[in-house]
Amino acid sequence: MDLRYSAEYEQFRGELRAFLDKNWTDEDRATLGGEEVLIGSISKPGERVTEFRIAAIEAGYLYRNVPRRWGGGGQPFDPLKSAIIREEFKRVRAPREMVGQGPSMLVFTLLAHGTEEQKERFIRDTLLGRILWCQGYSEPGAGSDLASLRSKAELDGDQWVINGQKTWTSNAAEADWMFALLRSEPDAPKHEGITYMLIDMSTPGIEVRPFRNIVGDSDFSEVFFDNVRVPKDSIVGARGEGWKVSRSTLKYERALIGDTDIARRTFDGMVMMARALERRGKPVIEDPVIRNRLVQLESRLLAAEFHSMRLLTMQARGEEALLAGMVPKLNSTQLSYDLGKAAMDVMGGGGSLAPGEPEAPAMGMFVTAYLWSLGVLIAGGTANIQRNIIAERGLGMPRDPVQKR
Amino acid sequence: MRPRGRDTGWGIMDFGLSQEQVLLVDTVRRYLADNCPTSRVRSVMESETGHDGGLWAGLMELGVGALVVPESYGGLGAEFLDLALISEQLGSAAVPGPFLGHAMATLALVYAEDSELKKECLSALAGGEALATCAVAEPGDVWDHAAVASTVKDGKLSGRKTLVPYASAADWLLVVARDGDGPGLWLVDAGAAGMELRTLRGNDMTRRVESAEFSAVVCRRVGGVESLAKMRDAGLVLLAADSFGGAQRCLDMARDYALQRQQFGQVIGMFQAVKHQLANLAAELEPSMSLYWYAAHAYDRIPEDGPRHAALAKAYLSDLYDRAARDSTELHGGIGFTWEFDLHLWFRRSIFNRSYLGDSDYLRGRAADLAGW
Ligand SMILES: Cc1cc2nc3c(=O)[nH]c(=O)nc-3n(C[C@H](O)[C@H](O)[C@H](O)COP(=O)(O)OP(=O)(O)OC[C@H]3O[C@@H](n4cnc5c(N)ncnc54)[C@H](O)[C@@H]3O)c2cc1C
Repeated sequence: MDLRYSAEYEQFRGELRAFLDKNWTDEDRATLGGEEVLIGSISKPGERVTEFRIAAIEAGYLYRNVPRRWGGGGQPFDPLKSAIIREEFKRVRAPREMVGQGPSMLVFTLLAHGTEEQKERFIRDTLLGRILWCQGYSEPGAGSDLASLRSKAELDGDQWVINGQKTWTSNAAEADWMFALLRSEPDAPKHEGITYMLIDMSTPGIEVRPFRNIVGDSDFSEVFFDNVRVPKDSIVGARGEGWKVSRSTLKYERALIGDTDIARRTFDGMVMMARALERRGKPVIEDPVIRNRLVQLESRLLAAEFHSMRLLTMQARGEEALLAGMVPKLNSTQLSYDLGKAAMDVMGGGGSLAPGEPEAPAMGMFVTAYLWSLGVLIAGGTANIQRNIIAERGLGMPRDPVQKR
Repeated sequence: MRPRGRDTGWGIMDFGLSQEQVLLVDTVRRYLADNCPTSRVRSVMESETGHDGGLWAGLMELGVGALVVPESYGGLGAEFLDLALISEQLGSAAVPGPFLGHAMATLALVYAEDSELKKECLSALAGGEALATCAVAEPGDVWDHAAVASTVKDGKLSGRKTLVPYASAADWLLVVARDGDGPGLWLVDAGAAGMELRTLRGNDMTRRVESAEFSAVVCRRVGGVESLAKMRDAGLVLLAADSFGGAQRCLDMARDYALQRQQFGQVIGMFQAVKHQLANLAAELEPSMSLYWYAAHAYDRIPEDGPRHAALAKAYLSDLYDRAARDSTELHGGIGFTWEFDLHLWFRRSIFNRSYLGDSDYLRGRAADLAGW
C-alpha cells in the first residue's frame, strides 16, 4: 500500500493543471462551474462548456476509453490517470464527462454492438450532450423482472412498428432519442424475444406524460407508443438479442450509482451545517448523540471510499473484483438514505421546511438529498435485487429457479 | 522491495498488498491451518494459563515478534500493516495467546525515547526470547491516559490495573501511569516485589486477563505520551484487524452451512431471507477491510490520520464483528447455540474486542474530538 503517485503520474498531473489553467478560467469557474446531478434532469450544455469539453477530449482527458475516431479521448486504459483527472477537474470545478444514460450506457452499447453508421451518427454528439437520451426499459408490468416486458415491435416492410408503453423513463421529456428494449419475437422464450432499438422521440405516435416524483420534480415519465414507425436499421445488435446487448451496459449504471462523491459532499455539508445550527443554545455539533452518529456514518463513508480505491488498484492490476465489485451499489444507496436522514435530524424542526423556503436550513438542499435517496434505492435494480446478486453471484448461493425462468 | 519510494517522495498509488505481504499472510495462514485447528484452540483455552508455548514459538519463528522492530534493533523493519494482516489471520483462526499485549508493548518500545532499556528489550522481543504485555485500564473503565491514577514516585510504581492480558506469562509489563511530568509508560519486571497479580475469569477464554496491584514497585521509564499513544493506536488497529478476520470467518461458516443444511427439501441457502441476511452482512463486511488497512497504513505513513482512524476502525469493526457472530449463530440454528460447536469461540472474541481499549461509543467520541468537531 502506497498512496502517493509516482513521478510519472505527478508529471501527468502537472500537465493537466497547466491545461486546466489555460482552458478553464477563474471566470468560467465562477459562472459555470456547477455540481452535476445524479439521475435528476439533464440538459444540454452551453457553448462554452462544449468548447471546453472538445479541448479536453482532444487533449485526451475526457472519455479516454472511447476511440478518437468516434469522438472520444482514445487513451490506453489507465485507472490512475482517470483518478487524477477526476481529482483535478473536481478541484477547479471544470465540466467532467456528461452524466446520464446516453454517455454512460448507450455509448458503450454502440461501441460493442453498433454498426459503423450508428457509431458515426450518435457517439460524438452524445458525448458532447448535443443528443440527449432516455432509457426505455421499465414497463408497468416489467420492473425487476424486466425480461417480461411486452411493448412490441413488428417488422412491416422496411420499418418497425412499435406499440406499447414504457414507464419511469427518466428525462423522457427532454430527450431527443430513446434506447429501448422491445419484444420482437413473441413466440421465443422471454429473454430471447427482445430487440434493442433506437427511437427518435419526435417520431409521430409517441406521447410523453411526465410524472411528478416525490421530490416534486417532473423527472420521469410514462411514454406511450401508438403505431410508431422507425426505420428497419434502428436496431442495435441482432434481432432477438436485445437482452444480451442491454446487459453489457447495465453495469455502467450501477457503477455510476455506486460513486462515493455525492455521499462525501452530503456528509461534509452536513458537518458544516451541524456547526452552524444551534439547538437549545448550543451548536448541534456539540450534541454527543449527533457526534456519535456522524462518526458512525463517516466510518461507512470512509469504508466505501477506501473500498473504491481498492477496486481501482484491482483494476489497475488486472484483478477480477468479484464480490468486492458487487457490493458498492447496495451500500451506497443505503448510506445516502442514512446520511439524508441524519441531516434531517441535524436540522431538527427546520427539517420540516421545504427546499427553497428561505428559512429552511441550507435552503432545504438536504431535504432534496433525503428524498432522492429513495429514488436511487429503486433505480437501476432495487436493493433486494442487489441482495440477490450478492448472495447468488458473490457468495455462491443457489439461483432462484423462479428468476431463471 | 517493500519500502517502495519511501525516500524519494514518490509512490505508486496502490491500495493493495505487496507480493511480500501476500506471501506473509499465506505463510501465517498455512501455519495456523496446520497447527491451530479449533481442537487446539479449545485445549489451550481450557488449560491453566491459556498460553501454549509451542504455538507461540512457532509464530515467533515465522518472524511475528520481529516484524515491526526496526532493523537497527535486530528486527525486520516491516510496516505496521504487515502486523495488522497477521492479526487478521489470528482473528480468523481464533488463536489463543498473548499476541495483542505483546505487540502493543513492542510498539510502545519502538516509539519510545532512545535508551539502553529500549535496546535491551527490543532485541529480546524481536528474537522471541522475552514476552511482554501492557497494563492500560484502571478500575472505573479508565482507558484514557489523561485520567490515569497510578503514580510513579522516585522510581517506584503504585496503583491498580485491570484487564492486563497475560500478565503472569509476561517477562515485562509496560504500565501506563503518571509522574510529576504527566502520563507516561514504565516497565516492571515479572515477579517484582510489591506486584500482585490475580487471574480474572473472562468471557473470551482465548485472551486471558488479570488484574495487577502495585505498591511501590521498582520500575524503569520507557517513554512519554507519544509512546503511550502509539501503544494504544497499535492495539486499536490490531483489534480492528482481528475483528475483520473473525467476522469474515463467521460469514464463511454461515455461507458453508447454508449450502449444506437442508430443510423443507432444499438447502437453506435457497431461502431468500437467508440469502439476504448473508448478502447484507457481506455487503458491509467487504469494504470494511479497507478501513483497517488504511488505519494500519496511516499508523506509520500518514501520522496525522493515525489516531483518529485507529479509533474509528476499531469501533466500527468490533461492532460489525458482534453482528457477524450473531447472524452466523442464528443461521446455524440450534447447533450454533451449543458449546461443542465452535462458533461461540468467535462470538466470545468479539466481546473482548468490543470492550478492550474502550467501547465503541467512547471511541467514536474520541474520533469526533480528533476531527475538531
Ligand atoms: C428515480 C428513478 C428513475 C428511474 N429511471 C428509469 C429509466 O430511466 N428507465 C427505465 O427503464 N426505468 C427507470 N426506473 C425504473 C426502475 O428501473 C424500476 O423502478 C426498478 O427496476 C424496479 O421495478 P418496479 O418499480 O417495477 O418495482 P418491482 O419490480 O415491482 O419491485 C417492487 C418491490 O418488490 C421487490 N422485488 C421484486 N422482485 C424481487 C425479487 N426477485 N426478490 C426480492 N424482491 C423483489 C423489489 O425489490 C421492490 O422492493 C427508474 C426508477 C426510479 C425510482
